[in-house]
Amino acid sequence: MTIQRKAIALLSGGLDSLLAVRVIQEQGILVEAVNFYTGFCVEGHTHAIRKKHKDKNKRNNALWSAEQLGIKLHIEDISEEYKDIVINPQHGYGANLNPCLDCKIFMVSKAQLMLNRVREMADQSGFDFIITGEVIGQRPKSQRKETMPIIARESGSDDLLVRPLCAKNLPPTRPEKEGWLDREKLYGFSGRNRKPQMALAKEFGFEDYAQPAGGCCFLTDESYSKKLADLWQARGEKKYELDDIMLLKVGRHLRPEPHYKMIVGREEGENNFLTGYRKEFISIKITSHGGPLTLIDGTPTKDDLQFAARIAARYSQGHSADTVSVEIRAKDGVCTEHEVIPLPPQDLKNEWHV
Amino acid sequence: MSKHHLDAKRLLCPMPVIKTQNMIKTLQQGDVLEVVSTDPGVKQDIPSWCRINGHTVLSMVEEDNEYIIEIEVGED
Repeated sequence: MTIQRKAIALLSGGLDSLLAVRVIQEQGILVEAVNFYTGFCVEGHTHAIRKKHKDKNKRNNALWSAEQLGIKLHIEDISEEYKDIVINPQHGYGANLNPCLDCKIFMVSKAQLMLNRVREMADQSGFDFIITGEVIGQRPKSQRKETMPIIARESGSDDLLVRPLCAKNLPPTRPEKEGWLDREKLYGFSGRNRKPQMALAKEFGFEDYAQPAGGCCFLTDESYSKKLADLWQARGEKKYELDDIMLLKVGRHLRPEPHYKMIVGREEGENNFLTGYRKEFISIKITSHGGPLTLIDGTPTKDDLQFAARIAARYSQGHSADTVSVEIRAKDGVCTEHEVIPLPPQDLKNEWHV
Repeated sequence: MSKHHLDAKRLLCPMPVIKTQNMIKTLQQGDVLEVVSTDPGVKQDIPSWCRINGHTVLSMVEEDNEYIIEIEVGED
C-alpha cells in the first residue's frame, strides 16, 4: 500500500509560496499550511485603517492562497515571541531593521515544531516534510545560496526542508532521496527575475495573485524602520509592544523635542483609529475647524503641549486662520480648551519628521 | 449546541481571524460563535477561513461600523 505523504507549507500569501505548494500538490502530496503573524505584516492593516483606501481589496492573501490551493491554513500569532528576533537578530539586519535570515530560521523552526508535535500524537499520521517558497537570489539578506543550508540547519529541519522552486540548485533532500518527490519535477529558479514564476502561475491558472512589491513585512521599509529606530532611541532601550508597532504604521510622526513625539492623523480613517488610543496617550483635537487627531507620545511639558497644538493646527483646515481652537485631553479624560496660532509653514522644521 | 460570543473590536487583520480560529478550537461541532469586529477585512477573511476549514457562516450583519458574523462550527 502506498503511504500518503503529507507536507506542511509556510504560506506567506505571496506568489512564490503559492507556487511552491502547487508544485508539491502536483506530485500527489497532501499539503496543509501555516502562516505566521509577526505584527509587522503589511497585510491589510493600513488599507483597513485609511478611509481613502476603502475601495482597495482587503483580503488576507494567505487565506486567498489557501482557498486557491484547496488546503487548510492555520494562522499563528507569534508577535510576542518575535520581539526577540527583531531586537536581537543573531545574523544581523538587512538594509533596514529587517532580520530576514533570523526570521526565516524562526519560522521554519516553528513549522518543524509543528511537524514534531503532530508526529507525537498517536492518532495522527503527521507531516513528513516542510515546504517554503524560497528562491535562491530572490532576497539579498535571507534567500542566498549560502544562507539556505543555515536556515535548514539552525531551524532543525535539515534535509526535511524542501524549496520546490529552486530545489534543482540545491543538494537533494530526504523526500527526494526517498522517492516521495520526483526531483525532476521540481524547479531550478534563481535570481530576482520574476518572469519564470509568472509563467508558472499562468501555467497553473493562477490569476489575481498578490503582486510582489517589496515584500510583505514593514521592517523592509526604510521609512518604517526609521520610525522604529527613533522609538528605541527615544525610550533608551530596544523594546516595543504591539500597539507601538501598529501606531508606527499610522499618521505623520514628528518629534519637535527628544522627549515627545506627535502622531498626526492624515485623514478620517486614521483619526478614527487614533481615537481608540486616547486613554493611553495625551491627545489634541482641533475643535474650530476640520483637522487631525494628534496623539502625544513621551513626557511633554505644558509649554510643549501648547507648541504641539500649534503644529497640529498647521495641519488643520484652519492653518491660515489667526487662531484655532483646540482641545487637549489628558489620559484620564480631563479636557482643556485652548486658542492657538497655527505654526507658520517656515517654522515647521524638516528634521522633526521621523 | 451552545452559543458563544467573541469581541474582536479594534483588532486589525489578521487578528480577528486568529482569535476566531483559536476560539473555535475550543468549541464543539454545531456550536454557534458570534464574532464582532470593527475591521472591514473580516467581511472577506472570516468567510474565507470558514470555507477552508469546514465551518459555516450563518449570517453577516453590518451595524454602526461593526461587523457581526455568526459561524456554525463544523467537523474538525
